[in-house]
Order: sequence, then C-alpha cells, then structure tokens
Amino acid sequence: MHRIGVFVCWCGSNIGGVVDVPRVVREVAKLPGVVYSTDYKYMCSEPGQGMIIRAIREHRLDRVVVASCSPRLHEDTFRKAVLLGGLNPYLLEMANIREHCSWVHQNDPEKASEKAVAIIRRAVAKAARLEPLVQKRIPVTRRVLVVGGGIAGIQAALDIAEAGYDVVLAEKQPTIGGKMVLLDKTFPTLDCSACISTPKMVSVARHPNVLLLTCAEVEEIRGFVGNFNVTVRLKAISVDYDKCTGCGTCWEKCPTKVPNEFDLGMSYRKAIYLPFAQAMPNKPVIDREHCRFFTQGKCRVCEKVCPAQAINYADQDKFVTLQVGAVLLATGYELFDWASVYGEYGYGRYPDVITGLHFERMVNAGGPTGGKIVRPSDGTEPKTVVFVQCVGSRDEAKGKEYCSRVCCMYTAKQAHQVLEKIPGAEVYVFYIDVRCAGKGYEEFYLRALHEGAQYIRGRVSKIYPEEKKLIVKGADTLLGRPVEVAADLVVLATAMIPSQDAAKVARVAGISADRDGFFLEAHPKLRPVETNTAGIFLAGTCQGPKDIPDTVAHAGAAAAKICTLLARPEMTIEPVAAEVNQKLCTGCLLCRDVCPYRAVEAKEIEEKKNGVLQRRVVAEVNSGLCQGCGACAAGCRSGAIDLKGFTNEQLAAEVAALCGW
Amino acid sequence: MKIAYFPGCCYETSAREYDVSTRAVCRHLGIELVEPPDWNCCGSTPAHSTDRLLALAMAARNLAQVEEMGLAEVTASCALCYQRLALTQAELAENGELLAEVNRLTGRPYRATVKVRPVLDIIAGLGEEEFRSRVVRPLNGFKIAAYYGCLLVRPSKTKVDDPENPQMMDRVLRLAGAETVDWTHKTECCGASLAISNEEVVVRMVARIIKAAALAGADCIATACAMCHFNLDIRQEKVSRLLGKKYSLPVFYFTQLLGLAMGLNPKEVCVHTHFVDARPLVKKII
Ligand SMILES: Cc1cc2nc3c(=O)[nH]c(=O)nc-3n(C[C@H](O)[C@H](O)[C@H](O)COP(=O)(O)OP(=O)(O)OC[C@H]3O[C@@H](n4cnc5c(N)ncnc54)[C@H](O)[C@@H]3O)c2cc1C
Repeated sequence: MHRIGVFVCWCGSNIGGVVDVPRVVREVAKLPGVVYSTDYKYMCSEPGQGMIIRAIREHRLDRVVVASCSPRLHEDTFRKAVLLGGLNPYLLEMANIREHCSWVHQNDPEKASEKAVAIIRRAVAKAARLEPLVQKRIPVTRRVLVVGGGIAGIQAALDIAEAGYDVVLAEKQPTIGGKMVLLDKTFPTLDCSACISTPKMVSVARHPNVLLLTCAEVEEIRGFVGNFNVTVRLKAISVDYDKCTGCGTCWEKCPTKVPNEFDLGMSYRKAIYLPFAQAMPNKPVIDREHCRFFTQGKCRVCEKVCPAQAINYADQDKFVTLQVGAVLLATGYELFDWASVYGEYGYGRYPDVITGLHFERMVNAGGPTGGKIVRPSDGTEPKTVVFVQCVGSRDEAKGKEYCSRVCCMYTAKQAHQVLEKIPGAEVYVFYIDVRCAGKGYEEFYLRALHEGAQYIRGRVSKIYPEEKKLIVKGADTLLGRPVEVAADLVVLATAMIPSQDAAKVARVAGISADRDGFFLEAHPKLRPVETNTAGIFLAGTCQGPKDIPDTVAHAGAAAAKICTLLARPEMTIEPVAAEVNQKLCTGCLLCRDVCPYRAVEAKEIEEKKNGVLQRRVVAEVNSGLCQGCGACAAGCRSGAIDLKGFTNEQLAAEVAALCGW
Repeated sequence: MKIAYFPGCCYETSAREYDVSTRAVCRHLGIELVEPPDWNCCGSTPAHSTDRLLALAMAARNLAQVEEMGLAEVTASCALCYQRLALTQAELAENGELLAEVNRLTGRPYRATVKVRPVLDIIAGLGEEEFRSRVVRPLNGFKIAAYYGCLLVRPSKTKVDDPENPQMMDRVLRLAGAETVDWTHKTECCGASLAISNEEVVVRMVARIIKAAALAGADCIATACAMCHFNLDIRQEKVSRLLGKKYSLPVFYFTQLLGLAMGLNPKEVCVHTHFVDARPLVKKII
C-alpha cells in the first residue's frame, strides 16, 4: 500500500469561499492509501510548499496529491516541492478544485464540496498508480534558421548572432529588407525608414555568424527541438555571386523592361535587376519569366557585357540541408487585396485610388516620382486628398474582423506629409475610430489634426470618377449627415494580412495558424513568441499586425528565448510521452496519421516467431517530438500505446474512482 | 418553359410598358408566363416599412398561389416586387417558426418551395446562341447605360449579380447588338417612393444618375424596375433645371429594347408612351 498525502488549498476565498475545505480534508483522509491530509490558505506560497516538503519527510509519503488550481498554473511549482521533499517529481497528481469546481459552482457550496471530494478521489486513485518518470537529455544544435528577412528577421538574426550563435537567414526575395525599406518616413518620429533599416541590412549580411540565403524557400523541416533537419530550396538566379561584383553594367544594357515590384508597378526595372539601390546582397538576379533569353531563346546581352563572366543561364534550383536547433519564422505580412471585393471603390479600375503603400513609394525621394505626390492618371499634383481607413480591416462583411493596428498612425503620417509637401492642400480622413495607443502616438495624431487634416467619422460608401475628380461619398456619423468630397487622389489604408505562403510555411513547420492565417503563439500573454511546437518561434507581423517598434520588440524577445534554448549544450525533455509496446503493435500506423506533431514513424523490427526470424513493421514514437497529447494512445486499436503519466491503467482507475465503482 | 408571373401593382398604370414588353418578349422567346389567379400587393414599402409580418404575409400569400399552381418558379418584372418575393422566400425558408406564423395569418399554407427570379435573370439565362438567333434587328448605334437600381442586386441574401458592378443586363443588351457604357451609377438609389413625400431629394438623386449616364456617353438608359423608370423618365425637366443643363435621355425598360431587337413592332412594346420621347432614337434602327 502506498503512503499518499493530500494537500487541499483554500486559494484565499477562491476555493475556500465556496468549498467547505475542512470537511473535504476530513473526508479524503478516509480514502484508501491516504495517510495524511491537510489544508492551507495558499498552498503555492513558500510556507505552503514547505508544508508539503516537511510532510513528505515526516510521514514518509511516497505519493502527493495537491488539490488546488489547474495544473497549467502550478503543476511545475508543486513538482519542484515534491522533488525537494525527496521524491521523483512525477509522483505528484493535481486535483483541480478551482476552475473545475469552486469557480463554476459558486451558487451551490454543498454540491461543490461533494464534487471537490470526488475530484480528489480521482486524483488519489491515479496517484496510487503513478510511476517515477525520468527526464531525458538530448544534445542541442547551436544554430538557428530565421525564415524571412524583414525587419523582424533581421533584428532577431542580429541579436542571436551577437550572442555568439550561428544564424542562417533565408529570404524568399532577391533582397532582405521586407516592407520597411519601402516606407518613406516612420511614425511617430518621422525618421527616414531606409536610413534606419539599410544599415541593419548591411550589418546582418556582413556578420561573421550569419549565413544569408536569398531567393530561398524552406521546403521541409524534420526533427525536433534542438535537432531540426531543414531543407532549403535556392532558386536559380542565373548569376554567380562569387564572381559578380555588382557593377551594374548588365542591368544598364538589358533591353527588357518589366514593371518594378519594389515600386508596386509604378516604375520599371530590367529583366536582370537589383530590386533597389541598397539591396542586400547588392547583386542582381535574372527574372526568367521576362528575360528575353529565357522567353525567346536569344539575347545574351548581359552575358556579353558582364566583365566578370558571372552570368550563368544554366543555373538550376539547388537544395541545401541544414542542421539547426531552433527555427524562427518571420514571414511578415501583405496587404489585403481590396480591388477584388470593394466594388464601391471601383474594383481597382480608377488609377487615382491607391493604397497607403503606393503613397509611401510616391512620397519617398528614392521612389518612382522622386518624392513628388502626384495623381497616377495624369501626373498632376493633387490638391484634395482623401484618406480612407479600415479598408478590409474591421469589416466583417467584406474583409477581416480585426483592426490592423498601424493604419491610423500611418494615415496621420501621410496626411501630415501631404500638408507639408503641397501648399494649400486639403486633406480629409474618413475613420471609424482613431486608435493611437503608443508612446508619442496620440501627440502625433493631434499634430496632423492641428496642421489641418479634417477627420470625418464615418465610412465611405462609394468612390466614383466624375470628369477629372473622384467623388467620395460617405457619412459623417457625428453630424448625422451624408458628406461628399471631390478629391484628386484617394488613399486606402488596406488591412494587413499574413504573407501569401503563410499557410505553406505553417504546414512545413508543423505549427497552427489562427482563423485569419496569422501564426498562433503558444499563449497570447505569457508566451507570445513561442509556438505549440517546441523549437519553432515567431517574430513580427507573421503573428499578427504590428508596427515597427512592436515588431522589433517581438523579434528581440524571440531572439532572447532562442538564446536561452541554445545556452545549454544539452536540453531536458518532458518524459510525458507516448510509448509503443511493440509486442502488441500490429503496424497499422493509424497513430502516425493522427499525430499532430509528426512524432510517430514506421520502423521495421526483426523477431523470432516459432523459431523463425521474421521482419515486420511497428510504430515508433520519437520522444523528442512527442508532446504527450495522447491522440495516438486513444487511436490505437490494439491498445499498444501508452502515454507515460497518463497510462490506460491510470485513466481507468480515475474513471472508476469518479463513478464510485 | 412555363413560369408563374407576378405582374405587380403598376402593370396597368405607370409601368404598363414593362408589363406589355415583358409579356411580348417572353412570348417571343417561348417562355410561357402564367399569372396567379388571385394575387395581391407584393408587400412593398407601405407594408414593409410599417409591419414586417404584414409584408411577409402579403408576399407569402402570392407565393402560396404559385405552389398551388404546381409551378416551381415565379418571376416578377418589377424589381421591388421581385425583391419582396425573393426576400420573403429566403426568410421563410430558413425560419420554420416564422413560416408557421405567416401561414396562420394568410390561411393559405405555404411550404417555401418556390424559387423567385427576376425577369432579367430568366432572359439572361437563355443560351447565348439561342438568344443571338432571335435578334433580327440589332440595336446598332444604341449606347445604353444599363441601370439596375438598388433592389435587383441586393441584399446579399437574394442577390443575382455583383451588387456594385452588375453585368447581367449589359450582357443581354450587347447580345442584342447595342453598346453599353461602363458607368458609375448602375446601382445607386433613384429615390424610390420618396417621390411621394420628398420630391426635392428624389430630383437630386435622379440628377446624379442622369448626369453620370450622360457623362459616360450614353444616349439612353435601360432599367429593370418600375420605380426607377418612373423616377428617371418623368423628372428630367426638373433635373435639367437643377443642373442648369438640358438633359433628355430616353429611358427604356430593357425588355422594350430586347423586343425591338427581336423584330417586334415598336407599338407592341410601347416605346411611344414615355415622357422623354424615345421615338427619334428608335428610328435609328427602323
Ligand atoms: C503603408 C504602410 C505604412 C507603414 N508605416 C509605418 C510607420 O511609419 N512606422 C511603423 O512603425 N510601421 C509602419 N508600417 C508597418 C511596418 O511595415 C511593419 O511593422 C513591418 O514592416 C513589419 O516587419 P516584418 O519583418 O514583420 O514583415 P515584412 O516587412 O513583411 O517582412 C517579411 C519578410 O519575409 C519574407 N518572406 C515571406 N514569406 C517568406 C517565406 N516563405 N520564406 C522566406 N521569406 C519569406 C518577405 O519577403 C519579407 O522580406 C507601415 C505599414 C504600411 C502598410
């Protein structure tokens, strides 16, 4: 017979105000195996834990039950106490009499007390069947893969590299920089975006601990925390970077003009091109879709003019495999495709209805207009500019339910820029609410307001061209009146959505996304940079809309978490994992299909049957990947899988105890 | 094809041209329209703006007759009628309790099985080849602003085409040989029944529509709604006064234009009875 101790917590009045704790203590003392039971105001406190430690020694307890809150909150705390008392920490069982009992039965203390006893009876039954479990130690590969080279990926890569670890930074585009390098000035300080981001691009690309891969996409991530095996596809760029000096002769001579993505199609680049002057790496790629040689079979001008003989038309996609200990996803955001749903704004048919990002390029001295704000239709300077906020954000009918967080601020910024650059300009901003929570943010908005931006609270119902103007119709909901503005230029603040291949990235990394497609963090408050898959981390807008300060902070936090992981050469892994009894396993591999963590694999074994050596397939669980969810154990048809810490026998005993069998 | 036809209250008065031309075109296309024997008001503004249940019951009583006639579909030419019937059908089909309550009120049990389609949808649904083969007098030289009005394509529960930039009418008119203009006020409100209580507002709303059609280069407007037609056709003098510029754009029902293209006699489709004289334009093709 075991010697079980039961410790019932009052949790102040959280439990004690509803459940009759002294009575519960008296009743559970009669349960089989219980040799000691007591209660305390706050069991998790220092004196509470001390009680447990002392009782283990004084009463020679070999199993401990703590009846308090959810194990999510304090299982760790009490395991440590049990360890200090001299027991294996897995000989603890928790009974949740707060969330599962007192909090939901406040109106019926009598029944709540009865239920508390039942819950503890369950825990005692399980405790009697607990086995000591031992944490395993596995080596850690001290290298990190960062996916996405926007400001989030760059910042995190720099932080991790500075801490002394190796980083592989894989960016899909031919250059790192992300959206931030497209922007002109940044709120709330109006400092030049390129001036603060391009030096970081250079630092990260030149950092001795960073390997920069561009035109790179992650194809496969296998393995588990500390020991990932990653396959990256390097797309053919047709230029040998070892030879190329970035002199620029090729793109000067290239005869093919292509709309430039970097300027959102408002300027042209060549088919062999550098995305922008400060691109990193500062070397060109060939765009095979448009290159004359690839589309028509002749040209070869770049090859002829290249003084370094760096052009290689025979270049092919390459695959590299890497060992890393952690993966950081920083794949950023994109803008909502307003033109496909907002018919009332013209479905993208009116050239002078643009997005905020087009505006950023236009107002940027390095942009397609050299910093002049003009109407795309005729190149004239607009006198009346209307900004429309929440296009696709906060719109359940046509777009997304959520707020994109940055648009109020960049609209205020852009309103300021119009007023500054165009003397006598009139600026109208249609808004639902102005949300400017942040240091210096409200002040920034007020400044735009005082400079003369006219804020109209209401949505825009229609935009249509009339002669040379765009008529913007909307409602002023504060005056309760329809309004109409004859505008020269309309700028839409479109919603931030996850990058287009976010779903693929989530699948490859084995993590979940929320209903809008943003990657899901492990806990919205307490674990904002981790995911539910150990070793996979998040940084920046791939997790949800953020501005640059928040993105940088998020990236820094992710870097710190990753450094913590890599700081030790070995890591311990939770022993609560599934285990296959190969004797019983029939090799149906249903467990492999139901495992959300890809922790089950097929394995061939040899065994003797009737004296003959035979081969057959069984399932095997990779304890590094297993998160102990139990799906495989529930799915196993032959009862061959047991989850340590939640064995079939233990669960059956719990059910029996609860049902009073 | 046999289909129930709900003519609506203006079919012998202000929208006679719509009714006459709809029947003529359908006859010509081999679509048999059968009028429910004892139809009543569709439940339009006077009903639905005061009592939802009343409006539902009025429409349901009409729909029940369609069921009794053993027909699966009903069409209405007027967009208001169509919208009332279609919305009622949608709401009753998804709410059994409401259906029971409405049936109690009408005393004419309805099972919510009837499909409601606008005439435009039925005609546009004919095959392109079939349609082309009927066109004997193409509308060459017509530059039409196809005006759908607000109710044909809304709300989303009943919509038959894109609510901001619908194409259905444009498509059939182009098949009939006309040019249609890409314009901005296809689905703006005409002011509808405010005509009775606040004409000033209606004139302003109509003015925008007329002006937009003219700016887009249209020489006439095609409508699919009795109310729209009424407002656009009879108010052009007031519009001209308001805008300080003379406007006289003939306003047709799209069925009249299709009738002309199919070789029907202009009188058969009543093009001679509009306020803005449409005859000079019609002469282009006759
Ligand atoms: C019009 C506008 C104005 C703004 N103005 C401001 C401002 O003034 N101040 C401010 O603080 N914020 C501003 N912002 C917000 C700012 O742009 C973001 O906060 C910031 O860029 C987010 O950085 P990120 O690294 O998370 O994402 P991104 O910049 O989107 O970077 C993501 C990177 O990942 C890459 N990537 C994507 N998928 C993959 C993949 N599968 N594999 C490899 N790489 C991949 C992308 O190519 C990109 O380089 C503005 C936003 C907009 C739209």
